[in-house]
Amino acid sequence: MKIKLDRTKCDGFGACARWAPETFDLDDWGYVSLTHAGNVAPEHEDGVRRALLDCPVHAITELHTVAEVDATR
Amino acid sequence: MTLATDAPVTPAVAAHPDVESRLLIGGGQREDLAAYRAAGGYAAVDDAERLLDEVDEAAVRGRGGAAFPIATKIRTVRGGRGVPVAVANGEEGEPASVKDRWLLRTRPHLVLDGLRLASLMVGADELHVYVSDPASAESVTRALEELRGAGVWDAEVAVTLVEPTYVAGEETAAVQAIDGGPALPTDKPPRPFEAGVKGRPTLVSNVETLANLPLVQRLGATGYRGLGTYASPGTFLLTLSGCAATGLYEVPFGVTLTAVLTWLGEDPAQVDGVLMGGYFSGVLGRQVLDVPLEYDALKALHSGLGCGAVGVLSAGTCPVEVSAAVMAYFARENAGQCGSCFNGTAAMSAVLDALRDSRAEAEDVERLTGWSVRLRGRGACGTLDGATNVAAALLREYPDAVRTHLDGTCATCGAADEQPVPAAPFAVAPPTAA
Repeated sequence: MKIKLDRTKCDGFGACARWAPETFDLDDWGYVSLTHAGNVAPEHEDGVRRALLDCPVHAITELHTVAEVDATR
Repeated sequence: MTLATDAPVTPAVAAHPDVESRLLIGGGQREDLAAYRAAGGYAAVDDAERLLDEVDEAAVRGRGGAAFPIATKIRTVRGGRGVPVAVANGEEGEPASVKDRWLLRTRPHLVLDGLRLASLMVGADELHVYVSDPASAESVTRALEELRGAGVWDAEVAVTLVEPTYVAGEETAAVQAIDGGPALPTDKPPRPFEAGVKGRPTLVSNVETLANLPLVQRLGATGYRGLGTYASPGTFLLTLSGCAATGLYEVPFGVTLTAVLTWLGEDPAQVDGVLMGGYFSGVLGRQVLDVPLEYDALKALHSGLGCGAVGVLSAGTCPVEVSAAVMAYFARENAGQCGSCFNGTAAMSAVLDALRDSRAEAEDVERLTGWSVRLRGRGACGTLDGATNVAAALLREYPDAVRTHLDGTCATCGAADEQPVPAAPFAVAPPTAA
């Protein structure tokens, strides 16, 4: 699983870091950046999906490969 | 030697004696189509693939500050999904730099010729020039009118003019503005080479980078490499400020600042350091004087050439005060989008202001040290990285100045020969082409 975070949207609610602290790293003011360039280890995927759903400003999105997108067409 | 307090100032323009004036022309006259063609401009391209190989061999790197190899960028954009778009980025948000505006105002055809060659190499069918300087926009528009019907190059080039800000020159801000949005950076991915203007793979290149492409075409890679160093061939436009010789100079990569200052009649012994790479790389101590001005040597000093702007710190200029002023600029001029950036620059600015005024405690400096490391890479654009560089550079290069400011014993601050530092240190304005 690979995700992206739009830091221009993040409002520092911090819900993501509660669900997936290994993936979402908070700064001193509660604003988040991604660890591992948004590559999520399989064991952390559930927490990240919950974070994705809980983000009040929809700053987190799951990325799909071109092959995955093409496969849905 | 004095710090420029009456910013913006109008710089001199000259090419270094070792340079056969590739990018600069003297006289202050705008070069029109006839003059540019007489010098061999807009030459036919027989084989765009071969030209790209020559550009690769010439090792031309991005001159906006990131120094990314242009040939690699062109190949990457070309390999994307969709027909590419090419953008000449002349939005010079960097206060200490004038080169982009000078090029657009004085040599618009050199930049447009570079955009033409880039578009041929990348296969773009949509071309843009992106600026914030009205005089640059007017010069480029005039150049496009000169081209119309001249039988030289029938290209449609759109000119986008935005309000000048520090962040507007970032490549994603250019893309967003060209697409009709605000001139503000967006987060990555995607980067413009993947999905830029209208979602198409987009080559966003600084105008000085583009201006080097016709030179490679004319000189060939071997000829182009006749100046500069092996890893950093050619010449670059140096915006020098903070001294009597404040100006725009074309110098070969690898020249030392001592050589440049001596050439310009300045006394290197009076130099206490520099503000390097415009506002992006922070201060650098006296060792900069004898280091070759090229990418690798400056990287080895944990600094960077950036956009080629160098502000000279005289002995009467306090590096803490300069760093505090630049950090305050970042705190003021950031895009206000990313929380880590608007909070981080404000916090670092508060510490540097307190340090400047000898109100800071050792714990404040410890916090600043931590932020200078931990906040790196936490913004959508490079502004926060520039701010962390400013903090880290001061702590690394001038530990004694930091200590004397903690003690309240700085010998420079309050001294009779102290040079006041303006709100935007080393800011310069381009001369207007006739």
